[in-house]
Amino acid sequence: MIRAVPSRSPIPLMLLIAFLAVPAIAGASDTSFLIVMATRVMIFAIAALSLDLILGYGAMVSFGHAVFIGIGAYAVGIGAAHEIYDGLITFPIAILAAGLFALITGAICLRTRGVYFIMITLAFGQMAYFTASSLSAYGGDDGLTMWGRSEFFGVAVLNDPTVFYVVVLGCLVACWGFARALVSSRFGRVIRGVRENRVRMQAVGYDPYRYQLVAYGIAGMMAGLSGALLANHAEFVSPAYMSWQRSGELIIMVVLGGMGSLHGAVLGAVAYLVTEEVLSHYTEHWRVIFGPMLILIVIYARGGLSRLLDRTGSGADG
Amino acid sequence: MTATLLAVQVLNGLQLGVLLFLVAAGLTLVFGVMDFINLAHGVQYMLGAYLAVTFHQLTGSFFLAVPLALAAALVLGLLLEFLVFRHLYDRDHLDQVLATFGVILFLNEGVQIVWGSAPLSYPIPALLEGVIPVMDGFGYPIYRVALILVGLATAVGLWLVVTRTRVGMLVRAGATNARMVSALGVDIRRLFMIVFGFGAMLAGFAGIMAGPILSVEPNMGDGVLILAFVVIVIGGIGSIRGAFVAALLVGLVDTLGRSFMTDIFRTVLDPSAANQVGPALASMLIYVLMAAVLFFRPSGLFPAVGR
Amino acid sequence: MRKVLTAAAVAAVAMIAGAAIAAEPMKIGMMVTLSGPPAVLGKHIRDGFQLYLDQKGGKLGGRDVELIVVDDELKPDVALTKVKGLLERDKVDMVTGIVFSNILQAVFRPVTESETFLIGANAGTSTFAGRGCNPYFFSTSWQNDQIHEVMGKYAQEKGFKKVFLMAPNYQAGRDSVSGFKRYYKGEIADEVYTKLGNLDFSAELAKIAASGSDALFTFMPGGMGVNLVKQFRQSGLDKKVTFLSAFTVDETTVPATKDAALGLFSASQWTPDTDNAANKAFVPAFEAKYGYIPSLYASQGYDAAQLIDSAVGKTGGNTSDKAALRKAFEAADFTSVRGDFRYNTNHFPIQDFYLVKAVKRGDGKYHTAIVEKVFDDYGDVYAAQCKM
Repeated sequence: MIRAVPSRSPIPLMLLIAFLAVPAIAGASDTSFLIVMATRVMIFAIAALSLDLILGYGAMVSFGHAVFIGIGAYAVGIGAAHEIYDGLITFPIAILAAGLFALITGAICLRTRGVYFIMITLAFGQMAYFTASSLSAYGGDDGLTMWGRSEFFGVAVLNDPTVFYVVVLGCLVACWGFARALVSSRFGRVIRGVRENRVRMQAVGYDPYRYQLVAYGIAGMMAGLSGALLANHAEFVSPAYMSWQRSGELIIMVVLGGMGSLHGAVLGAVAYLVTEEVLSHYTEHWRVIFGPMLILIVIYARGGLSRLLDRTGSGADG
Repeated sequence: MTATLLAVQVLNGLQLGVLLFLVAAGLTLVFGVMDFINLAHGVQYMLGAYLAVTFHQLTGSFFLAVPLALAAALVLGLLLEFLVFRHLYDRDHLDQVLATFGVILFLNEGVQIVWGSAPLSYPIPALLEGVIPVMDGFGYPIYRVALILVGLATAVGLWLVVTRTRVGMLVRAGATNARMVSALGVDIRRLFMIVFGFGAMLAGFAGIMAGPILSVEPNMGDGVLILAFVVIVIGGIGSIRGAFVAALLVGLVDTLGRSFMTDIFRTVLDPSAANQVGPALASMLIYVLMAAVLFFRPSGLFPAVGR
Repeated sequence: MRKVLTAAAVAAVAMIAGAAIAAEPMKIGMMVTLSGPPAVLGKHIRDGFQLYLDQKGGKLGGRDVELIVVDDELKPDVALTKVKGLLERDKVDMVTGIVFSNILQAVFRPVTESETFLIGANAGTSTFAGRGCNPYFFSTSWQNDQIHEVMGKYAQEKGFKKVFLMAPNYQAGRDSVSGFKRYYKGEIADEVYTKLGNLDFSAELAKIAASGSDALFTFMPGGMGVNLVKQFRQSGLDKKVTFLSAFTVDETTVPATKDAALGLFSASQWTPDTDNAANKAFVPAFEAKYGYIPSLYASQGYDAAQLIDSAVGKTGGNTSDKAALRKAFEAADFTSVRGDFRYNTNHFPIQDFYLVKAVKRGDGKYHTAIVEKVFDDYGDVYAAQCKM
């Protein structure tokens, strides 16, 4: 079962220490690639975290979540195409545009439940994907190259990989803290209550639809932020960011890490992307190994990696 | 001419619909009866086609390759059930998603190792070669007509099995309330295995039949899987009738949209704009359809009673 | 987290080990697509490159080569991360490969800005042939438009009255249509853009039949092309409509389409039966090693290895003097398996282009063969915009 309240798991602290150690390790070994890779991992961790917020706590399995990443990325990319590099303009637009799209589509999607919800979010995801693919003014399917990263107060601070890394880490910590506060607030309890028993929540006077819609909008905004960061990271924007495969990967990350614990999503993103990077180094057929690994984790590690780590951790303690 | 074109496109739409039905039928049964999300259904479609390629190479005959590939698809389906799916029946939907996604990764890569990544194919059997003339120099392939007929026959057969036999009764009961069926002393595990094996075989059958007109290549099941999910959601999960109606609907809407969308836009927009908007909208038309259906009927067209 | 640390440790060890022997082998990063159906293209390029490397005993330009092959998975952001890995972790001396234009688009900036040579072995986007041309980029393939122009010119010369154009609905598809129209001035029956990854062309084939066209020009790479060719033949349309194509009928697809593709036209700068000594050595060696007939993609991979071999040989194995190395690349002093090959001002080849068609060989295998030469020593139209 999914835990109701974020527990006092040691994992968030461990993850934070690991992320803080990355620049030091990279500095000591003179490999900036480690920073590039870890930045990418954290960007996806933010997206996975936002999905966990609605999936893990609200049982809203969005199969179109990558679209919010895409909208955030395109907001920054299109801004850059018009010579607008000021992050104080493009980042808020990215977040608000993703949130607005979430509210509009969410208003329709949330009429449905379960698998029907999964599929209707996919439908909107595909519509956005095909729209982006036909934006020939912005590169269409080939994507859009950005000729520089966003600037803040006229300074291109993000150009330095380590500064960019620290900014992304700051965003991740802020999102995690915000999400944690949200799920333990009254609002979060209503969302969880709706997941457990919708009718009872209605009976005690809450309108589940409104609460879910707000949660969906917040998740969309958070994913929009990760999209804005991804555009800056890659200095490139492409419809591939919002393909259904990408949305599927986000679900996989959340479930793999353990849903409904927030840090599980982060752990899932780390595990998914790092395993992919390491395995693909050894063989081009790495999926033949990765596939069965996923199956074994489901069968033998109920509750995902975070539960597995917690269990082995507590086992060692006593 | 336009009427002929329209008639041909309707036939094309039917043919796509029938193919989708074969895949979606197994998916909706497995989902409806076992409450099991099987993402690996698409790769079973792909495996059917690859097996047919191999058996066609070995025997040189389409009509020998079909039953052999069907049997092999069934065996592989049961093997997957035994190794993986059996451990997931009482799990959360998302656990099933994760594990069956693992199966997809493994099999998509596996076929590349075994059969290579280049597209493969096998020819239409001589018996079904040739065309029914439609216009000057263009005909409707007999094989496609046969495909429509075989698909319709399968649909009727399925309908008979589900409505007229004991297994079918259990399947329907299972779709409504699996726990109750189990409480009444029915061996639910065996029922699951039968349904699952049968579903895998139907998906494989669709792949086998598609082989002569479509290229057999890795990941060919992924797109079909998504379309099949669209179909069963529009139709209402667990409903064979719903899957049938929705499959034809999706097939027709997609085909007619692709054929006429751009032309329709040309009447109101200038040609280059129509060439931009038309194809983009045609690509997303079935998703618009799905969103619209779910907006008005949040549980699909034919929701199974009791769910 | 344990995984992060492990990865960090692995990276660190690789780094230290790398630094110790950096002086020795020349590192070449090859980025190709090896996932999903387009993997076949990446495989051809890699095998072509590897064949030449093996023939030279693992050395190019007299230096031992460490070839690092990475899969871009046809995802631009994945490609970008991996190319940064090649540049910053593996510290490669040059990057080659790149099958698709959207991947080229994504990795072009980081590679060229790090002043690393990028030897493109396939994708030839107009941007990088024209205004966006770069001193660090060389192509051993073509500029995309050229292949389509071959078909346009042929259709014009042959006097087709009415041509139906069909391409997937994405940038390369639209470019292909405009490339064709640059030379073909006759009537266009219709322009149809299909969904990328479209499987069934029955709807489009019916439209072609109804349009009364005497030729079809299409660009349907990979599995889409296989489906189209089979269905085109099955509908009987082949008796009335001439099939002109680009990147649709080649050695990656004819093994699947078999007889259905026989006689259908395509355009290329090379075929397995191109008549020159270098090619006569290349094709049998390739078949003997890999067991399949090479495609134009394989020939481009082979030529990329030859180009690097010739250039690094000229600089005496020195890859750090970029200006000297660039001059050596520009000289293109090697015998291409396609015949004539020299570099234009935009670092795209000036070469011959042929009308080709699918044929069946004596041993029952299928490949493409030259029908006639359409362009002689042809450079692309974007070179004039290139300021370098």
